[in-house]
Amino acid sequence: MDTNQYLSMFIEESREHLQAMNDHLLQLENEPDDIDIVNRIFRSAHTLKGMSATMGFEDLAALTHQMENVLDLNRSGKLAMNEDILDTLFLCLDALESMVNDIVNGGTGQLDVSGIVAKLKAIESGEQAPAAAGTSAAPQAGAGSLDQYQLSILKQSMQSDHQAFHIHVALREDCMLKAARAYMVFGALEQNGEIIKSTPSVEDIEQEKFERSFSVYYVSRLSKDDVAAMIGDISEIEKVDVKQLDEAALQELERGASQAARKETAAASAAVKAAPGAAEAGQAARKTAAPVAGRTIRVDIERLDVLMNLFSELLIDRVRLESIAAEIRRADLTETVEHMARVSSDLQNIVMKLRMVPVETVFNRFPRMVRDLAKSLDKKIDLIITGADTELDRTVIDEIGDPLVHLLRNAVDHGIDSPEERIKAGKPETGTVHLRAFHSGNSVFIEIEDDGRGIRRDKVLDKAIKNGIISAEQADTMSDEDVYQLLFASGFSTAEKISDVSGRGVGLDVVRAKITALGGAVTVRSELGKGTVFSVQLPLTVSIINAMLIRIAGEKYAIPLSSILETAVIRDEDIRRVHGNTFVSFREHVVPLVFLREVFECPEPKDGGKSEPDDEYPVVVVRKGDKMAAVVVDELIGQQEIVLKSLGKYLTNLFAISGATILGDGQVALIVDTNALVK
Amino acid sequence: MGEELKVIVFALGSEEYGVEVDKVKTIERMLPITRVPKTPPFIKGVVNLRGVVTPVMDLRGRFGLPETEYTDQTRIIIVSVKDMEVGMIVDAANDVLDVDSDHIEDPPEVVGGIKAKYLRGVAKLGGDRLLVMLNLEEVLNKQEIIQLEEFEEAQSGNA
Repeated sequence: MDTNQYLSMFIEESREHLQAMNDHLLQLENEPDDIDIVNRIFRSAHTLKGMSATMGFEDLAALTHQMENVLDLNRSGKLAMNEDILDTLFLCLDALESMVNDIVNGGTGQLDVSGIVAKLKAIESGEQAPAAAGTSAAPQAGAGSLDQYQLSILKQSMQSDHQAFHIHVALREDCMLKAARAYMVFGALEQNGEIIKSTPSVEDIEQEKFERSFSVYYVSRLSKDDVAAMIGDISEIEKVDVKQLDEAALQELERGASQAARKETAAASAAVKAAPGAAEAGQAARKTAAPVAGRTIRVDIERLDVLMNLFSELLIDRVRLESIAAEIRRADLTETVEHMARVSSDLQNIVMKLRMVPVETVFNRFPRMVRDLAKSLDKKIDLIITGADTELDRTVIDEIGDPLVHLLRNAVDHGIDSPEERIKAGKPETGTVHLRAFHSGNSVFIEIEDDGRGIRRDKVLDKAIKNGIISAEQADTMSDEDVYQLLFASGFSTAEKISDVSGRGVGLDVVRAKITALGGAVTVRSELGKGTVFSVQLPLTVSIINAMLIRIAGEKYAIPLSSILETAVIRDEDIRRVHGNTFVSFREHVVPLVFLREVFECPEPKDGGKSEPDDEYPVVVVRKGDKMAAVVVDELIGQQEIVLKSLGKYLTNLFAISGATILGDGQVALIVDTNALVK
Repeated sequence: MGEELKVIVFALGSEEYGVEVDKVKTIERMLPITRVPKTPPFIKGVVNLRGVVTPVMDLRGRFGLPETEYTDQTRIIIVSVKDMEVGMIVDAANDVLDVDSDHIEDPPEVVGGIKAKYLRGVAKLGGDRLLVMLNLEEVLNKQEIIQLEEFEEAQSGNA
């Protein structure tokens, strides 16, 4: 079966299921007795198993199958949820995720998950936390222990005139179809009694995951000899060992299992009392919050881009039609064109919105991340997310994830204080981190607020002075806001020791750089002892920027407004020539002049237009960091919103050109990268 | 009997060249070109191709032939190689032909150093017609462009 065409669907859907399982598992952690949640997780795992098996990803299918077993035991009341089981399930999800990622990267999705599988099997069979790695579910004789349920069946059956046996069967070495033989043994057994438990499990035996032997706990009316004979009759059986279980044997088994089981039952009974109340409340709340399955379609991003391009073409033609209609002055033509203009305006809004994606897609991995992080730092943290349905342009969504991760980790690592500190300070033991997204004006704001320690101004200043970022005198004149901005300087870090999480001092400056590259800004507010807010402001659409259009010798270029300090006109007499370089005095600074016409080697315009200006030069004063330059042009055309277009893969390493845009008349204008002009 | 290749035939001056159809995205009439500063002279600039900014090169310039005025016949052939899209300005683009790969011979050694590298072979069509098969990857090869620039700089340094 050709599965390739389904591969992308498989990846999308498995990611969705994994995300759903993650979310539900987090919920389950807070409400371990809510069977409803377990059912949801079970369903996701089950669907994932089916999909993986169909696509031929066996390891995925096998792992989800094991998860199913554990979940099934829990939802049928045979196994109570506890921290260890939850942690193991989380580990499963991690393994599943890495398998899916492997598939995305063209791999086969195989992964050695024997460690996790062993844990799951151990949980399944009623043992608690298994020993160190290497204890794979040993399919050896008699190794499998029984849980309370199975033991009670054995006991009951003995009381009601059945015998209980432990049967060990070894197949002949030269046996070809081991699974088939085992199947026959099972078949025979099942006709005459009930198999309580088999080691290894039935599935493993079906898949021939055993050496030569397997063992079974069995209940039957037959006598021991009859059982032995029945099995011995089947060919290729090397050896049959039937042990009749009596009270004593059972008790021993019980003792072995009970230590583990005791904890479970104690927890279970205590939980059972609290459960009904909590479960009901939880269920009531859950019903109202049940996710509304949105009616959506998956669309290829490339198709959207093509749609947008075609649409801009349409706009250009519309403008031309409008001007032609104005010339011809025919009423019906003008009317039709006006109607078309209105419709295309609406279309334009919709098309722009198509690129908008809710931030939820970025936010949804955070709860799990914060949980893991808090756990590893021994802190208690609540992550409250609001406004996840706020929408951002697709390109922003792709880029904003990493900076947010960093800010969140900072909040958890540096911001929130440890439970002891919090109690001492009279704050609730569990810290809160708010992750908020909302629209305001023409921007989208994403805020990360924690109720932790706050930022210590003096510590920041000390570090900044020590690293030579500012001088001691400057420190005194800085406002609190300015001080906090120092955190974003490169090489800055106030963490005493470098943990795995933070403290390396390469994070916040990259965060700010990324946010600025997206056309946004980040600000910090903080109060000592109370908490800190990092506020990220992003423009609603990123591929549209404000630019100044300029003309040089018949060619038009665009300079992004964000690089421009000011525009001015300078006169010949303002120009100073020193050492072969030209400068101009500008607002008490001496600024080098850049004659763009020379830099870009512009050819003389063919129509003999005004090539050499008078003694006045329009300039655009640009800055790069704290350096400036005055760029001389022929004409400042005006400010305009332009759509960024990439130049493609062929033209790379262009000097002072960062991209292109398409002007209203369909012509391409290049966008100048002024950083290259400032030395 | 070798493979049958479908080939787009275009002309530079009196010579005819061929490019395999599957590498050609579209053939356009001349479009207004925006110059890109500080690029090799045969890279004429970029054009607006239905909303996508696409670079174009003059193939004559690329082959070291003298450039001519553009006429009504001048076309831009947009090719796609290694997910780069580039337009090539040619004098005319007329035909689509089937060429048997058996009939493609190796290019003659001599023909002016640079040009030979871009050629995959010469196909003999019926009636004395010769079709020069282009090696697009070499035509679009940027490594060579960098070397060209360094070479030119060295030259101007010595001169």
